[in-house]
Amino acid sequence: MSPAIQTSGLRKVYPAPPERRRGRPNPRLTPPDAAPAPFIPAGVREIIALDGLDLEVAPGEFFGLLGPNGAGKTTTIGVLTTRVRPTAGTAAVAGIDVSADPVGVKQRIGVVPQRPNPDRQLTAIQNLLFHAAYFGIPRSTSLPRAQALLEQLELGDRGESKVDQLSGGQQQRLMIARALIHEPEILFLDEPTVGLDPQARLELWDILRSLQGQGRTIIMTTHYMEEADRLCDRLAIIDHGRLLALDSPTGLRARAPGGTLVEVTLDGDAAPLLARLQAVPTLNRLSARGVELSAYAQRVGEAIAELLRAAEQAGRLPLDIRLTPPSLETLFVSLTGRKLD
Amino acid sequence: MSPSPWTVFGALVRRDLHVVSRELPFFLLRTTLQPIMFTIVFGFLLPKMGFVQRGYTGALLPGILGVSLAFASVQAVALPMVADFGWTKEIEDRLLAPVPIWVIALEKVLSGTVQGMIAALFVLPVARLIMGPIEALTASHLGLIIGMTFLGAFAFSAFGMLLGTAIKGEQIGLMFGLIVAPMIFFGCAYYPWRALEATPVIQILVLVNPLVYVSEGMRGVLTPALPHMPVPVVAGALVVISAVFLFLGLRTFDKRAVS
Repeated sequence: MSPAIQTSGLRKVYPAPPERRRGRPNPRLTPPDAAPAPFIPAGVREIIALDGLDLEVAPGEFFGLLGPNGAGKTTTIGVLTTRVRPTAGTAAVAGIDVSADPVGVKQRIGVVPQRPNPDRQLTAIQNLLFHAAYFGIPRSTSLPRAQALLEQLELGDRGESKVDQLSGGQQQRLMIARALIHEPEILFLDEPTVGLDPQARLELWDILRSLQGQGRTIIMTTHYMEEADRLCDRLAIIDHGRLLALDSPTGLRARAPGGTLVEVTLDGDAAPLLARLQAVPTLNRLSARGVELSAYAQRVGEAIAELLRAAEQAGRLPLDIRLTPPSLETLFVSLTGRKLD
Repeated sequence: MSPSPWTVFGALVRRDLHVVSRELPFFLLRTTLQPIMFTIVFGFLLPKMGFVQRGYTGALLPGILGVSLAFASVQAVALPMVADFGWTKEIEDRLLAPVPIWVIALEKVLSGTVQGMIAALFVLPVARLIMGPIEALTASHLGLIIGMTFLGAFAFSAFGMLLGTAIKGEQIGLMFGLIVAPMIFFGCAYYPWRALEATPVIQILVLVNPLVYVSEGMRGVLTPALPHMPVPVVAGALVVISAVFLFLGLRTFDKRAVS
């Protein structure tokens, strides 16, 4: 059986300035001094959204793409759902090459977009019925299926409502129903819980779990660590369009750097503290950036005492101290050098 | 098993017909009010005042229909395209349909064509009523009338596809001001092309304007006894214009749909 998703050396480069599109904010600009650039006319820069991404997702897997804004998550989904043409590399969905047979791919996938985009001229149930019709499903089949989906997603009494009368969470659930109406093998969700209140988010998690229980492959992007941790069988951490780590949430947590991340904000430049702290054995992976000082420590109390002493000696006042216990979050920071959101 | 493209095409048409039928009064108001007001002033008031010759309404009526047809067709495609790709993203559910992207674009153009024809069909009796009897008006070439209306509406619907996908949302007002308005005034809608003999340079220059062929084509089939460009020439020109706009429009649609 072929993998649900397989990408190899997937690369996407946009000419700059990019077309303004939702969901692809802040992709990395290649620095103007990037070393041996091939001939590029003056003033022309590129945006590398994907930089050689290799992924493989097994059928039935709940797979998460985790990364900060602009990491390339949405572009990856775009390629896999045939809406973005890769610049290089290959991508296959259910064994079908996305470039060679986009129609075959579209037949097998359901897509829940980052922001609900229902057909606002239609009622909720019409959204489902017309979408089914675009897949050649006769009304005699799609009507009972649409009613069942609306029930399952707790929209049973909203079928005849106009889309604009639905709340944000209801619209998002309608998008899930729409993505399922043609019974796709593989479901893509791009940041499905952004903009949902906590209650609606929990409900959505339950729905997603039950969908996986029905044997569907689910690919989800998110920048919520907890969401990725709770839902996904395996997680790919990506940034700058590259795969940084790939494992189960438990496996990834085990790889988090030892100790708690201690971050201190000072009232002045943090560099003078570095020299004083280098020799302290309690502190690992010490780094200073502007007024921020960070280190990993096993014994947090001791580490804080050392930091405060060094600050005092350097004539700096600590304004803020933050502690992050070992987690996906600290792994992420150690891999990417930045926080998720 | 993928459904045949025609099955999907049919579903897309049903969706558009469903939406259009609900929106029809607003659509007609939006697209035909201007031609109808023009008809009232130039086809009723000015002749009453004696500012224009009696026969003017014969030249005016087909032109007014041409404007209605063109304006409605452009709007029926360009406005939804600008909104769909700009901010609502509503078209994305159709872009997921298992058909090549161009099928979705072609359906939009054909649905715009039908809407343009509906607008012309609506304006004809209203204009005729306002202007009073028009000597040369004849419906004896019904097949030709329908064919010419279709060609004109298709050409402008394809033009709407190109405009709606090539132009950014915030420039849509500029588009109507800079492209559509001059096109209407220099489109031989309010005067026959032959009459431009008085200013030969302009007479040649306006030939780049697609609306000229729609106006002259409507004259050729509605008031064949009055001066007009030969119908085969007009039809040929419209076929070429349609092909060019359709080719370019499908290309820009594809660029917006797949980045």
